[in-house]
Amino acid sequence: MPNRLFIWRGELTTRGSLTKRGLSFLSSGMLWLALFLIVPTLVFMALSFADRGEYGEIIWKFTVENYQRLMGYSVFGWTPDYLYILWRSVVVAGLTTLISVLLSYPLSFFIASRPPRSRYLWLTLVIVPFWTNMVIRAYAWFLILAPELPFAKVAAFLGLVPSGSALYPSPIAVYLGMVSMFLPFVTLPLYSSVERLDWSLVEAAQDLYSSRTRVFFKAILPQTLPGLSVGVVLTFVPAMGTFIVPDLLGGAKYMLVGNLIQQQFGASRDWPFGAAVSMALMILTMISLQLYRRRGEEIELL
Amino acid sequence: MKAAHPVIKSLALGTMGFLYLPLFGVAVYSVNKAEKGLLWKGFTLDWYLQLFSNEWILSTALNTLALAVVSTLIATVLGTLVAIGINRFPWSKKANSMLDIMLHIPVVTPDIIMAGALVVAFGLLRVLSNVFEPGMFDMIIAHITFQIAFVALVVRSRLMSIGHDVEEAARDLFATNWYVLRRVMIPLMLPGVVAGAMLAFTLSLDDFVLSFFTAGPDSQTLPLYIYAAVRKGVTPEIHALSTLVVLITVVLVVGAERMSRKKEAC
Amino acid sequence: MMKRNKDKNLSVHNVVKTFGSVNVLKEVNQEVRAGEFFTLLGPSGCGKTTLLRIIAGLETPTTGKVVLGDEDITPLPAAKRHVNMVFQSYALFPHLTIYENVAFGLRSRKIDPAEITRRVEDGLEMLRLGAMKDRLPHQLSGGQRQRVALARALVNEPDILLLDEPMSALDAKLRAQVQEELRRLQRKLGTTFIMVTHDQDEALVCSDRIAVMSDGSIIQCGTPEEVYDYPRNRFVAEFLGAANLMKAKAYNGGVSTELGTLHMNKPPDWTEGLVAIRPEWVKIRDSRPEQNGVLATVEDIVYRGNHFDLMLSPGGLRVRTNSYKHFKAGDQVWLELSAGDLVALEN
Repeated sequence: MPNRLFIWRGELTTRGSLTKRGLSFLSSGMLWLALFLIVPTLVFMALSFADRGEYGEIIWKFTVENYQRLMGYSVFGWTPDYLYILWRSVVVAGLTTLISVLLSYPLSFFIASRPPRSRYLWLTLVIVPFWTNMVIRAYAWFLILAPELPFAKVAAFLGLVPSGSALYPSPIAVYLGMVSMFLPFVTLPLYSSVERLDWSLVEAAQDLYSSRTRVFFKAILPQTLPGLSVGVVLTFVPAMGTFIVPDLLGGAKYMLVGNLIQQQFGASRDWPFGAAVSMALMILTMISLQLYRRRGEEIELL
Repeated sequence: MKAAHPVIKSLALGTMGFLYLPLFGVAVYSVNKAEKGLLWKGFTLDWYLQLFSNEWILSTALNTLALAVVSTLIATVLGTLVAIGINRFPWSKKANSMLDIMLHIPVVTPDIIMAGALVVAFGLLRVLSNVFEPGMFDMIIAHITFQIAFVALVVRSRLMSIGHDVEEAARDLFATNWYVLRRVMIPLMLPGVVAGAMLAFTLSLDDFVLSFFTAGPDSQTLPLYIYAAVRKGVTPEIHALSTLVVLITVVLVVGAERMSRKKEAC
Repeated sequence: MMKRNKDKNLSVHNVVKTFGSVNVLKEVNQEVRAGEFFTLLGPSGCGKTTLLRIIAGLETPTTGKVVLGDEDITPLPAAKRHVNMVFQSYALFPHLTIYENVAFGLRSRKIDPAEITRRVEDGLEMLRLGAMKDRLPHQLSGGQRQRVALARALVNEPDILLLDEPMSALDAKLRAQVQEELRRLQRKLGTTFIMVTHDQDEALVCSDRIAVMSDGSIIQCGTPEEVYDYPRNRFVAEFLGAANLMKAKAYNGGVSTELGTLHMNKPPDWTEGLVAIRPEWVKIRDSRPEQNGVLATVEDIVYRGNHFDLMLSPGGLRVRTNSYKHFKAGDQVWLELSAGDLVALEN
């Protein structure tokens, strides 16, 4: 294509010089991302097919052993341990997302029902924990779940935990931690959809349908779908990969994918295996994103 | 909008309570005289005072701040340039969607994967040069890498809302390239750049996972310190530190909201 | 020798514009005379805005040229043309005060500050914006913002002022008021105005001449009366308002239609085609007129405040009248389709 003069946003220029200028703007940032994001990820992918030496060093020899191990096949026969960890991560992330959604709807409706001035205040109240350090929010549960406080006492009374011990580490503690961590991730995008709800449609549905649930599913859910989709993706994907919450509140026995990966880069010093597990997590992430793209429209994440 | 049903109201308030209960607990126990256990023994600010004489904590706080400032500055510059490059030039549809995907990758990828990849990358680069030992240098690079995407997305969003009509209008009114940039584009972009920078800053202060994987013995940050400490056992001092961190976060977040609201008027 | 601004004619020669594989403008040729209010009228997608942008210097023609006065301005970008535009969205600078917005085009050319003050104050005064000069655009109403956009363009004393659908963002009542103001303003300044719109009322009220466009070409260009009363073809006839269209065959110095034989002052040059007459020109008579009479039955009456629309058969005729006679469905009336009011449309 000849390099003709044309006018772009009022400026007389050529395609060639615009491309040159545009690339100069993009180059520094994109180069950085390529160097410290894309390339490392590719190397990481390659690493998942490498072998681990006796002292933890990497041996660059192609092998699928890491994936086999992940699937459960080792010299000792088949164990589903690792697959179970993956499964547990999906379940925990899924339940966390579900509970967060169930709690976010009433919260969003409540905030939307407030007079405009105090709405801002309530939203800030939701945003603040969102920005607060994850470690703090996680360990804070140590206090609430301590043996001296009523919650642990009630649980002991019900026989869920031995008397006198704290309510953590336990699956319950993990769920409490996860939901409190990720709730704002769902609430904030969902709220922006709820705020824009056309209540006349809801009222029309209330005329048509007698059951509350039908009104919800027919009139409210479809309208809030954009915000809901964003919230679900922003919650489910990171939740699968968290390791702080299960680490602090779940204990050594309640491992999620994140803990497994972290272990390979820490105590176990098995980077290739860590890479393989990361790839598995990556694949789960891709699948969830694809499902989101199918369902939701193109929403601006920020 | 009509008032909320009482069931909804109580669920909502209960949820808010649930969100704040742990933090509230930390704040309460940060002023409890008791050194161990949860019995209330009286109000005291001793633990806070102790913080300020704790050399290690002070230097850690300084590290955290330095890391955030340096990485934010670099990431804001790079991110803004990228945003301009994406939004202000005629790329083909394919190129545009590729750039868009590249920007969204750091946002949606679980940070542990990014951390792992960087650990490996630094591990290999270490062979070439010592500077890639775990430490501040690595941490800055890690932070910048995920901050660029956030800054770019925020600035790009601002650029999109500016639109191209004003640019054409400026040229119709005889402005040169430089004049358009100086008098129209930069002033209009600035709120977005500041918002992006504040976002990046907060993300850096808060970051745990990336820092955990790339930190060296001399480069602790506050989140890492708190994590190490609570694994050993909670102390009121930690509660005091945490409460302070939360308060600072509140101030930053509310301040950023205020600023973005004021500039939204433009 | 420098010609005064007001004396420059604008002409476009063989302008073609393609966007990829889409041909938006097809060999457009047109002259706009100095000092006239010229309107490009057409439906969306007809290319009128593209043509305007080419004149503004915001778009380059694929082929063809634009000549202003005796200068070929085709190679010049917007910043080098002494032509200014009022954008459809007004495109006011949101971070600048009204005063600074209006002063923008003067400051960018580094005009002497005293001169800037004088011109801006005059411009604000002329468009009744004096009280707002220190406000920001978002604090103004739609109508006020439009005036700012006008002032911002006019203080530069351009050879031509371009307006892109200037009234599309205004509500109906305001629109009528602004249409008349715009016309008065143009008359007062004597500057050439070229306006783009899809609203035929706007075009008829404001313009000295209208160019009706469709699908990348100018179909007809003429005064409002010419274009309205003597539309060239079906498209123009229907675009500029309601029209009674009748299939006709040429006959004996007139036409033969399902309504009978009609004499025409300007008979058609085809054998078969369409004949049109505006609803306002169909006259209601008490008895059979001498020529071109049609006996019709009232099917429906639509009351519009200051006039009635009668729908009659045969022929689906529509008549607009403010006659005080009260009609009801089923009445039989005599209509006269005067020989001078019938128009033969081109095929």
